[in-house]
Amino acid sequence: MTDTTTAAPAPVLVLLEHTADGTLRAPTDELCTAARGLAAGGAVEAVWVAGDEGDTPAPAVLEHLGTLGVARVHRLVAEGGTHGTALVAQGLTTLLDEVAGARAVLLASSFENKEVAARLAVRTGAGVVTDADDVVVEDGRVVTGKTVFAGTWTTRCAVATPLAVVTLKANAVPAAPAEAATAPEVVDVPLVPDAVAAAVTLVERTERDVSGRPDLSSAHVVVVGGRGTEGDFSPVEELADVLGGAVGATRVATDEGWIAHDAQIGQTGVTISPRLYIGAGVSGAVHHRGGMQASGTIVAVNADPDAPIFEIADLGIVGDLFTVLPQAAAELRRLRG
Amino acid sequence: MRIVVCVKHVPDIQSERSLGDDGRTVRDGGDGTLNELDENAVEAALALVEARGGDDDEVVALTVGPEDAVEAVRKALQMGAGAAVHVLDDRVAGADAVGTAQVLAAAVRHLGQERPVDLVVLGMAGLDGLTSLLPTMLGELLGVPALPLASALEVEGDAASGGTVQARRDLDHASETLRAPLPAVVSVTDQANDPRYPGFKQIMAARKAPVTVLSLDDLGVDPALTGAVGARTQVLVARPRPPREDRVLVQDTGDGGVRLAQFLVERGLV
Repeated sequence: MTDTTTAAPAPVLVLLEHTADGTLRAPTDELCTAARGLAAGGAVEAVWVAGDEGDTPAPAVLEHLGTLGVARVHRLVAEGGTHGTALVAQGLTTLLDEVAGARAVLLASSFENKEVAARLAVRTGAGVVTDADDVVVEDGRVVTGKTVFAGTWTTRCAVATPLAVVTLKANAVPAAPAEAATAPEVVDVPLVPDAVAAAVTLVERTERDVSGRPDLSSAHVVVVGGRGTEGDFSPVEELADVLGGAVGATRVATDEGWIAHDAQIGQTGVTISPRLYIGAGVSGAVHHRGGMQASGTIVAVNADPDAPIFEIADLGIVGDLFTVLPQAAAELRRLRG
Repeated sequence: MRIVVCVKHVPDIQSERSLGDDGRTVRDGGDGTLNELDENAVEAALALVEARGGDDDEVVALTVGPEDAVEAVRKALQMGAGAAVHVLDDRVAGADAVGTAQVLAAAVRHLGQERPVDLVVLGMAGLDGLTSLLPTMLGELLGVPALPLASALEVEGDAASGGTVQARRDLDHASETLRAPLPAVVSVTDQANDPRYPGFKQIMAARKAPVTVLSLDDLGVDPALTGAVGARTQVLVARPRPPREDRVLVQDTGDGGVRLAQFLVERGLV
């Protein structure tokens, strides 16, 4: 899918994300794979945002990045830690001065990374594409795929500037190891916050508790509960756990307080594109469809045969989620023996 | 306290939306509306100004777009905005996010020359493009702090008195509170408030309220920085996504869960 025949080698920057304990977040492999394709033989330059001065990738992390063909890991280091999207953008801008002729900066699609992308666009003159589901080089230009209007249209978009900044949706690009592993070196990029970065004070920040389930935005399987659950998410959680998936919810379910707001899928919540989406008691309002319509396979269980979600479901089951979901979970357990 | 609230006219998300041959959003379907998420921005701005209640406290609604776009500021006037500005210039057509941000930044500076602007408020995203880039770009271009995605907003004082804005943000992996000095740019989420419904009287009054129309020349914006000319991305192909094929809809007759499991196995999804 990656046509590099017409592209000269050029470096590509990848913004890595890691948890407080130093574990890389899920889309890393996909981002690095896409970056290798874009670099066309050029170096993949990874960027590590150091939460404090001692925060550095562990040997196992470097080894893993090596299997993905990462040439270097640039550590953005500021006194008291590199916090805030303005400071990350400042670090990437600094790095772009050092890494000559970069073709692209790749980031996972997230609220914060879109802020980083916005600042990079203004500071470097780069063209930006957010929520891309494909990124390749064609005729020397970075070309992206993207679905718009709640997943009802697909577009291909070329970046006309020498540098492209692209935020990539999770599960968009299949991850693959590099042909030859590398031994990435760690290079420090010391930062002193500029006026814009220094103007914003972080009053308080709470990293979200890890539920033990995969991260919603990058999970391969997501089971979603809507109004039809009437507040009882246990069958949704049970099926998600059998499938090793994440649990999501509709706006109604989060507004009712049945589940935390961060589980909301939709145009104003989390946008997901898992390999498998299962909606239980989800009607499929346009706001919700905008956040999930790009999913690979869509399964819907709803008591209402006229629910709009059936219009986009590969498999629709008109029935009671409180019998269908537990039965499916039991059958999957039985098949596994 | 003077607040500029940026609003956008978008195709109604309940309508059939489409892209034209030029890759641009078709905006003349007659199904246009104020971007729903901008109603939260207008509400947030009005609430801040009403809490002060002084003669100098004002909300100015600002939009950029073709003729129809005036409907967006008109709706903001109905809700209670005190003044409205519409940047109307054919040369803006085809602008990408940064090209739009250039025009809005120039318009905010223009307004600031009459009287200082303390805060710029936007919605969390446009329901047409959904890029969410604009608030941060606007902050960057104006050289002021940007605090996007506020689910709660607190403002103390104003820019002249060294006031601050504080925003609570719910992000992908964390929640945080940020504080910055005024003037600043913020965007608010749909969790921030419940937008008011204008009454009949307000709707009638807004009909007669003046809207200041400005061109790129009025704002001193170099046309090369905006519109299709300044766009840094180019749509190559845009087509409606084909409907999913081989869709199956079954009535549960007691084995629905088993069928679901079998379907996942057949598709290689487990």
